[in-house]
Amino acid sequence: MVFYDPGHEVASEHTLSVFTENRVGLLGRVTATFTRRCLNIESLTVSDSEVPGVHRFTIVVRVSAAQARKVAAQLERQVDVLKAFVHGEGDVLVRDLALYKLDGRHAGAALDAVVAAHGARVLEQSEAMIVLEQTGTETQTTALFHALAPFGIAEFVRSGRVALTRPMRPLESFLAELEAASGHGD
Amino acid sequence: MTDSHSHSPEDSVAEGPLVRGAEALVLALIEEGVDLLFGYPGGAIMPVYDALHGHRNRLRHVLVRHEQGAVHAAQGYARASGRVGVCIATSGPGATNLVTGIADAQIDSTPIVCITGQVPSSLLGTDAFQETDVVNVTAPLTKWNVQVTRAEDIAPAVARAFFIARSGRPGPVLIDLTKDAQGALVAFRHTPCTRIRAYVPRPRVSEPALDAAAQLLAGASKPFFVVGQGVVLSGAERALLAVAERTGAPVASTLLGLSAFPTSHPQYVGMVGMHGRYGANIKTNECDVLVAIGMRFDDRVTSDLSRYARQARVIHVEIDAAEIGKNVKPEVALHGDARDVLTALLPRLAERRYPAWIAEFHACDAIEHEKVVARELEPEGPELRMGEVVHAISRKTGGQAVVVSDVGQHQMAAARYSAFEAPRSSVTSGGLGTMGFALPAAIGAKLACPERTVVAIIGDGGFQMTMQELGTAMQSGAAVKIVILNNSFLGMVRQWQELYYESRYSETEMQNPDFVRIAGAYGIEAQRVDTREALGTGLDAMLAHPGPYLLEVVVEREGNVFPMVPSASSVSDVRLEA
Repeated sequence: MVFYDPGHEVASEHTLSVFTENRVGLLGRVTATFTRRCLNIESLTVSDSEVPGVHRFTIVVRVSAAQARKVAAQLERQVDVLKAFVHGEGDVLVRDLALYKLDGRHAGAALDAVVAAHGARVLEQSEAMIVLEQTGTETQTTALFHALAPFGIAEFVRSGRVALTRPMRPLESFLAELEAASGHGD
Repeated sequence: MTDSHSHSPEDSVAEGPLVRGAEALVLALIEEGVDLLFGYPGGAIMPVYDALHGHRNRLRHVLVRHEQGAVHAAQGYARASGRVGVCIATSGPGATNLVTGIADAQIDSTPIVCITGQVPSSLLGTDAFQETDVVNVTAPLTKWNVQVTRAEDIAPAVARAFFIARSGRPGPVLIDLTKDAQGALVAFRHTPCTRIRAYVPRPRVSEPALDAAAQLLAGASKPFFVVGQGVVLSGAERALLAVAERTGAPVASTLLGLSAFPTSHPQYVGMVGMHGRYGANIKTNECDVLVAIGMRFDDRVTSDLSRYARQARVIHVEIDAAEIGKNVKPEVALHGDARDVLTALLPRLAERRYPAWIAEFHACDAIEHEKVVARELEPEGPELRMGEVVHAISRKTGGQAVVVSDVGQHQMAAARYSAFEAPRSSVTSGGLGTMGFALPAAIGAKLACPERTVVAIIGDGGFQMTMQELGTAMQSGAAVKIVILNNSFLGMVRQWQELYYESRYSETEMQNPDFVRIAGAYGIEAQRVDTREALGTGLDAMLAHPGPYLLEVVVEREGNVFPMVPSASSVSDVRLEA
């Protein structure tokens, strides 16, 4: 018999995409599925999906592969969860959005060079302040944070991760599978 | 593809008599086939109680003495009958008093619908009198829950609640009803819920997996079935019997699976788990094909997972996909309803017999009999043992009674020494291990199945957790037979203290009240027996009495339950004595 012990597996970063009905209270049920296993959610984003009425949770968590699979199965056990996917690193395109606020007197060639080198852009500029925006991976937004540190960062915020899968598989096809999986009524 | 359960107010206001939301709730319950519910009134649920008064000829309400009694009674009702149990409570403390039973129903997959009153929607979130955020409190403990703030959403919520509670892997559902929703007018119309888009209650069984399972079984030389409550919940008892008899394999049961397979069947080899039968535990680690049906490899079944059935190729029949591979990874996963799977599997199976393999279990039984069972059933000392009391009850009821047990030593005695010859004959709190469960659950079971004898076997500790429900038995007339196995100890904890804490009996000794007089105060017939001679006549008097009856049986104070798989040990290390 194949036996596995999740305690002996190495934790690594996993991204989960969870598709759900739009219902009050589901957010709590989704997060509780992680917290009851004492797993810390690194990032959580909720948005619409391409299917009207279907919400998409993007969740980043550091777990073993086995734990990720079990959590996904427990998420799918929720009546209003349509599908939960666990993505490996290669299957998924991920982005965060970060905003950086600096004192306006730092404007100049030195700052422009950092902005250009990191592919960021100026979102708003006045005498008092400059707000920069960068979209990228967490590594990229963190790199810009370090590059701006010498100027003095007045305020920093980073969004939760959003992720798209690389394989072309429309959500509708999974919904159709759900339909087919039902053998009978009650 | 749409969610056929309509939630749009336009749909529900079409046609139908104009009624208050509270009335709509009661009518919807009646539409769902409810004829009995358990509850306790209070401020935020008063409109519903007013509506219940008007329908009391069609829908019987049983008044409990504490809301925990209501939810356990609903559980007992559901477990004994297979129908959805219903309980009702007011907001705040009424709602929070349900929580233990909801958690119990969740872990033991019991279909119940709980209805709670809530403060008016205008006061939500304001810390109003008796306001509790019960939807958030119970979210992790319910299969589904919802707060309803509009009268037009009540009937659809009830329809959805019953569908979810009873289908798939059953479980508890809670509807929180604000007081304004109960009071508002709505045109009542009830449409049963038959499907929910995101929810697959009865998965189509994979044909290749069925073939693979049949092939594994065909090549098995030591097959072993372990059956759980999934068999009972899907009504697969007859299908299991047919499959088991075709394959000729020994069949063991989990605690929750008791009565899924007749105790007297020649292939039955007893209960697995911490206090299960010696052979069933030992042979788990010797079988070559383990067929697990409607069970979840709970830690009380497997003990140390890393030393559990590692030699076996596992076939797991399970309706809840999250249970497949959670603790034990099967070679063949049969994701589906146990009855569907077993029915589809039967024609693929060849007739087999394993007399030598089954004889190995019997050899273990002989060892267990000498070391444990004989001492329990024919003790040398004058003091009564729990096992002999349970055994006597079982003999006198012909294994046909519904045995409702509480939690602790007596529960294990009830599981080990009762014969279960009819389905749905064992009701106990397994996963949560809720002391105080048995008395109210027995009342629920008896009211669900008035034609059956219902015997509650309870320890002196657990009895005192919900003994106020004697009042419910009195007022409802539920003719439950209550047997208190009184050792004046919290016996299981004491046993562990003896075995693992050098007999330091920290807060486990109990000074008990006069249980006979307590029963008497409720007008319930009772007697106390403390000798072997009096036990038989006491049981006869209890079983012959037409109403509720309490029999206090004084048992050996420091008796231990064996066999025992010590925690963190392998099932192979099951011990027969200290």
